[in-house]
Amino acid sequence: MDLPATSYRIVRREDFSDVTYLLEFEHPMMARAAKPGQFVIVMPDEHGERIPLTIADYDRDKGTITLVIQAVGKTTKAMQRDCRVGQSLHAVVGPMGIPSHIGKPKCVVCVGGGLGVAPVFPQARAYHEQGAKVIGVIGFRNRDLIFWQDKFAGVCDELIVCTDDGSAGVKGRVTDGLRQALERHPEVDEVVAIGPPVMMKGCAEVTRPLGIKTMVSLNPVMVDGTGMCGGCRVKIGEQVRFACVDGPDFDGHQVDFEDLMARLVRFRRAETESLERFQESCRLRAPAEERPVASPLDDRPGTDV
Amino acid sequence: MAARKKTIRTIPQERTPCAEQDPMVRARNFDEVALGYGPAEAQREADRCLQCADEPCVRGCPVGIDIPGFIKKIAEKHLQGAYDIITDTNLLPSVCGRVCPQENQCEGVCTVGDTLEPVAIGRLERFVGDTAIREGWANAPYIEANGLKVGIVGAGPAGMACAADMAKAGCQVTVYEAFHEPGGVLKYGIPDFRLPNTVVDAEIRKLEQLGVRFECNTLVGRLFTIEQMLGEMDFAAVFIGTGAGYPSFMGIPGESLGGVLSANELLTRCNLMRARDFPNYDTPLQPGKHVAVIGAGNTAMDALRVSLRLGAESVHCIYRRSRDEAPARAEEIHHAGQEGVQFHWLSSPVEILPDGAGSVRALRCVKMELGEPDASGRRRPVTVPNSEFEFECDSVVFAIGTNANPILGQTSKLALDKRGYIATDEELRTSMVGVWAGGDIVTGAATVIQAMGAGRRAARSMKAWLGLRDSDAVYGEDASGTLFGIPRAEHGPALLRLG
Repeated sequence: MDLPATSYRIVRREDFSDVTYLLEFEHPMMARAAKPGQFVIVMPDEHGERIPLTIADYDRDKGTITLVIQAVGKTTKAMQRDCRVGQSLHAVVGPMGIPSHIGKPKCVVCVGGGLGVAPVFPQARAYHEQGAKVIGVIGFRNRDLIFWQDKFAGVCDELIVCTDDGSAGVKGRVTDGLRQALERHPEVDEVVAIGPPVMMKGCAEVTRPLGIKTMVSLNPVMVDGTGMCGGCRVKIGEQVRFACVDGPDFDGHQVDFEDLMARLVRFRRAETESLERFQESCRLRAPAEERPVASPLDDRPGTDV
Repeated sequence: MAARKKTIRTIPQERTPCAEQDPMVRARNFDEVALGYGPAEAQREADRCLQCADEPCVRGCPVGIDIPGFIKKIAEKHLQGAYDIITDTNLLPSVCGRVCPQENQCEGVCTVGDTLEPVAIGRLERFVGDTAIREGWANAPYIEANGLKVGIVGAGPAGMACAADMAKAGCQVTVYEAFHEPGGVLKYGIPDFRLPNTVVDAEIRKLEQLGVRFECNTLVGRLFTIEQMLGEMDFAAVFIGTGAGYPSFMGIPGESLGGVLSANELLTRCNLMRARDFPNYDTPLQPGKHVAVIGAGNTAMDALRVSLRLGAESVHCIYRRSRDEAPARAEEIHHAGQEGVQFHWLSSPVEILPDGAGSVRALRCVKMELGEPDASGRRRPVTVPNSEFEFECDSVVFAIGTNANPILGQTSKLALDKRGYIATDEELRTSMVGVWAGGDIVTGAATVIQAMGAGRRAARSMKAWLGLRDSDAVYGEDASGTLFGIPRAEHGPALLRLG
């Protein structure tokens, strides 16, 4: 058996939009171990922070792990600016968390909202391989942000694409798409919803009156990801759970989403400071400096200048 | 050396003081508090050891360092000899000299201590260890490789101690660590002003010189399992020293608020992730101006003193029992008090009050008094009726202990005890053949040296099981009365059945 890769070399980068990008890196052992629903913690450089990112795909033959990242804070924006094919990340640990329980539902709806489209894919595929009827509901703000529609089409018996502005597919949010799917398919016995907390909450509210089991994947602030710091604690019914080792999947009908959303912004002040500083440094260094050589796959024009 | 035997009257009477940073200065920086002995101070203190015959200090040491032996070498100005003696049993003198609770161990039973202040064994150990780091000495025994692979899970004190012993026995040792740096609690937990991370790194390099390999960013259980280690990965034996790590909270209202965190989170952000240098390091921490730390163990003291250094204006220690029951080392409580920590003994939090914007405004507590002794032998605190009080704070840190980390229980067939810790026998063997465990993941939260002692005990058992000659192993009377391998009942010569 191979020893753990220590290089975490990036082998592919793809930019879906100004804010969303894909990184695929080498880690044969992790690719072998990864299961749907698990996540990694990435520390992009020595001075970096550790950020949890759900595994969007894994390729056991190629020995790679795929992440889809949204550039929202300092770290993810810096990674967007700096990560190039051939370079290596400072540290990646995973797979972490309890894998999603892929039961034997007859019919399942996999809902992905925005960035949640990526991490719900391995689950859709797993259900498909399990022989379940899979209905995909994926939502984006507009048509330019759509990605992986073809990948989903390959594993879904039916695919509903939603856009907020109606520029593609159904006009509306994924909750509208989910309602549509449930109306058309009364036989649905499980829903998986991954996306921003407000979207997962919306999906859980759609299914609650129908009594359909709804699993969500939580992504709170973490440091170690091994249960050691307790920063990722979430309220599940009456209990406090650590998303890193007790999750990240939980029963959406039990999750206290208000609590989750409040805890997600508890470092807002520092995060804003960090981001402003980063953007200032970009402005200062951008004009004169030559951009690093981009890979042929990296056709995204610079957005940070 | 003078030929005349030393007596309690002829040795220097006063314990040699150790220079410290001024409390008001050090409370605002992360430099070490205790500056350590210089050669002359070490010499003088070494002269205070009586070299007594019954050596209670050796028995008081969880790893059984030959304490009179190394102190004698210091007195003889043979520091490298002192280092060799210590490292026969303890590869990390710079760490243990700083963080061991010596007052409960070697120094607590020191013969000199019966009459005077005990010999400052910890400071002498640190002096020797630091000198070795500075001079680049290494204990490099002749190691004959035996081709056996040993895997260690967790690069903290238990794993490091076990790794050192197994490497010396000739095994090819790999230590797996989930964090991006080895060291465990020595790195993420204990702050630099008590144990600089550079010292930990120096000690880790010594392990690497013994041939130990560290593989970081490796979460055993999830990346591969213990079963896989014994199977396809071909490890002859595995030691688990993952630490306890699953911090407890109290379950009182307001624990989700911004500004409420576990001591582990505070310390990890500050120490390992260097949030104290934010924004040069990216990890954020928003330290409080008025901080309440719940608990009075060593971790609580670290959280309190770290909060001061992060710029807090007031720092409060809340503990439901009295100072006499506080689990922290006396020295730590003393240091914290000197630096301006305010102690609220016999107080227990009942609610964390919100500021209306998602963060902490104040902590509501209730007064306690001590009642009858409980199972731990300490007097049980009981609530004083109508004694609620509030004080303003913007951060609340829980340092009330940890529960068992669930990862290895989730991913292996290891038997756990009813609290979720890994179950072992007295030799630290787990329910899986070829797998040992020790440290906090077996006992619950304890000390660095206890974890190291567990790592060494497991190593001894592992060596015997692997059929390796163990130069440390000697026949002696053990707890069951067995002497030279012969049970006590058979000690009489008439009962010795020869052949």
